[in-house]
Amino acid sequence: MNSRTADRIATGVFIAIAIIITAILAGLFFYIFVNGFKYISFDFLTTPSSNVRAGGGIRDQLFNSFYILFITMLITVPIGVGGGIYMAEYAKPGKVTDFIRTCIEVLSSLPSIVIGMFGLLVFVNTTGWGYTILGGALALTVFNLPTIVRTTEDAIRAVPRDLKEASLALGITHWHTIKTVILPAAFPSILTGAILAAGRVFGEAAALLFTAGLSTPRLDYANWNPFSDQSPLNIFRPAETLAVHIWSVNTQGLIPDVEAVSSGSAAVLVISVLIFNLAARWIGSMIHKRITATK
Amino acid sequence: MVTALKERTTMDVTAPSHHNDRLESILSVNNLQIFYGEKRAVNGISMEIEKNSVTALIGPSGCGKSTFLRSINRMNDLIPGSYAKGEIIYEGLNILAEDINVTALRKEIGMVFQKPNPFPKSIYENITHALKFAGIKKKSKLDEIVEESLRNAALWDEVKDRLHSSAYSLSGGQQQRLCIARTIAMKPNVILLDEPASALDPISNAKVEDLIVDLKKDYSIVIVTHNMQQASRISDKTAFFLNGDLIEYDRTEKIFTNPSVEKTEEYISGRFG
Amino acid sequence: MEKLLSAQERLLKSKRSRLGGEFRGKFFVILCAVIMISAAIAITIFLGTKGLQSFTKNGVSILEFLTSTKWNPTDKANPAYGVLPFIFGSFAVTFLAALIAAPLGIGGAIFMTEIAPSWGRKVLQPIVELLVGIPSVVYGFIGLTVLVPFIRENVGGLGFSLLSGMIVLAIMILPTITTIATDAMSSLPNHLREGSYALGATRWQTIRKVLVPAALPSLLTAIILGMARAFGEALAVQMVIGNVRDLPNSILDASATLTTIITLNMGHTTYGSVENNTLWSMGLILLIMSFAFILLIRYLSSRRKLR
Repeated sequence: MNSRTADRIATGVFIAIAIIITAILAGLFFYIFVNGFKYISFDFLTTPSSNVRAGGGIRDQLFNSFYILFITMLITVPIGVGGGIYMAEYAKPGKVTDFIRTCIEVLSSLPSIVIGMFGLLVFVNTTGWGYTILGGALALTVFNLPTIVRTTEDAIRAVPRDLKEASLALGITHWHTIKTVILPAAFPSILTGAILAAGRVFGEAAALLFTAGLSTPRLDYANWNPFSDQSPLNIFRPAETLAVHIWSVNTQGLIPDVEAVSSGSAAVLVISVLIFNLAARWIGSMIHKRITATK
Repeated sequence: MVTALKERTTMDVTAPSHHNDRLESILSVNNLQIFYGEKRAVNGISMEIEKNSVTALIGPSGCGKSTFLRSINRMNDLIPGSYAKGEIIYEGLNILAEDINVTALRKEIGMVFQKPNPFPKSIYENITHALKFAGIKKKSKLDEIVEESLRNAALWDEVKDRLHSSAYSLSGGQQQRLCIARTIAMKPNVILLDEPASALDPISNAKVEDLIVDLKKDYSIVIVTHNMQQASRISDKTAFFLNGDLIEYDRTEKIFTNPSVEKTEEYISGRFG
Repeated sequence: MEKLLSAQERLLKSKRSRLGGEFRGKFFVILCAVIMISAAIAITIFLGTKGLQSFTKNGVSILEFLTSTKWNPTDKANPAYGVLPFIFGSFAVTFLAALIAAPLGIGGAIFMTEIAPSWGRKVLQPIVELLVGIPSVVYGFIGLTVLVPFIRENVGGLGFSLLSGMIVLAIMILPTITTIATDAMSSLPNHLREGSYALGATRWQTIRKVLVPAALPSLLTAIILGMARAFGEALAVQMVIGNVRDLPNSILDASATLTTIITLNMGHTTYGSVENNTLWSMGLILLIMSFAFILLIRYLSSRRKLR
């Protein structure tokens, strides 16, 4: 076989691979949306789920997913941004910094089921809380923290050095420079990264199985007292999220309409993650434009 | 410092703040050595920098002049592994010492960089940014200082109608004058300029040069430049650096007409560098 | 009217300047760094001690645990705690998944960087990013409702099988491998390509003889990262693999992995019981493996630096 023919065959193979990858995505999306949209209705989104009968919705799961995400980000963002600032601005090359990097690497490469087990051990059993939203959020914090730290560190490193020098040369302290010059300049990238991370957290299930649990108590959405057992806002109640719901109805559920519920839930889950992705891009480019725009 | 800043706007800005006619030095450099890790970039230089005059530092790239300049307001602290030996005396204190409050020092010894580096904020905020940090919060006072420093930087007439536009909407030359305005708003004693006009077009360059000569009455200025004509046009004294050594330091006129060292002569006549 | 304070008062460090916002800020970010360190250390210590309990407290033999193929913890008279089938299952699906995903991922990367660098990346990059975004339970669910019946009807067996597990995992780790491989290929210096084309090599010869060897350590890193993800993935595999306790005889047999057994049994075994403790020991294996993957990646990146 001469080299021209081999080259042509190889090119064909690479094009085929690209087509396969595209087809996989197209197939998945087609399946998720075509099957899912049939079942998504206002009712489906607003009725509570059922353990035995058909016709259950995903109201509580949807709320739980967003609420756990919110609590997780509330904990992760300050710590993660602080850690990122430390790594980008304060860490001096050396053993300590290498060790911190190793710790971040360890956290980011842990399987989420292992994080869930750690959560079970510490936030469920040791604290005696049982399955709680807070326990789930703390487990997700472990899962999410490395992403936020890296995003922040990269974003800060991408800020032009002369901006920092300009501020320091005016007699402004390092911390005030970080607060008023570096962080604002890094903000679009940090925000974009945080929203993408939020999408990942939203779809996570394995870390939540043993921390937030597989059930939700009967919720009264008129009850806004965060200490009441029936309040959706109570962070010390168990909470099944949408992703966990898909898993549990498929593997341990008794309801007859498993396929309908999980198709609908999967579509809602994927759409939510898509919205996070699109929002991240859109907000990132918006802010970027606004900051660099010449009026 | 805060009180000093608050008081200073009541001064007559057109009058020189230093009434001493005798040439008195503001910085005394004694046997200054600067290292980057193992490498020595400046090999023990000593010189006096005079008050209310323009001192030009010239020499080929890598001769240590920028390193020296950046050590005067401790900007070299930012470079990991760099350290200095010897002393730079300012107001009776060795500013290289460990117990110097670097932030306070940089308020008195300001710096303008080679590339214009305004903050991604409005023209107005570029100037008030550091003032607010220094404790000036009153709007009327801020307005006053913004106008005064923009006027002193010969930029006021060009931007007075769009103070709240982004600083990035200015031309390169205007941006650089904004950076100078932002520095003089802090009313420093010394202004360090690191090739401030090298990134600019000839017209902006001329404007910045005029500005520097103009600023001399209020400030002591040290400028690093590659441009020999620029040094001869604007400076009172010139120091020639080569490979980390201070080869010759004298009145600018003398350096450019009748240098005592052969290397200086060779450099300024363009035979190398 | 001039400076009212003396040079010493203005320029020397004082208590006030030390305890200002600068101090608070630095304290805050150091605290954040300490939190990260403590999290990593706490996980290692907690899961380490808990994972060893079945050996230290319950007297399960480590040797039996790692080498026996008999898993029957609920047999009151004669319990058996051999997890070899699950260890085997974990490694089997991981390698098989990599076997599919590596050629596809690296091929996709080469398509984006070499075959159609102008538009290929614009099309394939977002596709890969969308694949990353799909949550793992959704992969599991589609595997369960589409792949499992398809294999049952067209290939044979129950459908719940190693084959299903490896296909689901392959698709899940495909974006990881593609992304890193694309970065690796596109960061190769252009003179490699130019040099090879200048010698009259075809594109395929350039890719095979010059570019892929040059990018090899990074491509291996991409595959290892993908495998690390596959090894630790729990729910998607659990939904399609069948979860039986025996060693599989063929790729069409149902099987189980460490993660699927943990997922399945953690919830309904009594905390502190021997069976429960062996699950924690399996968790410890996952933890150790994730350290091993880190070391492997570090080794590869040190080789990359040597080049």
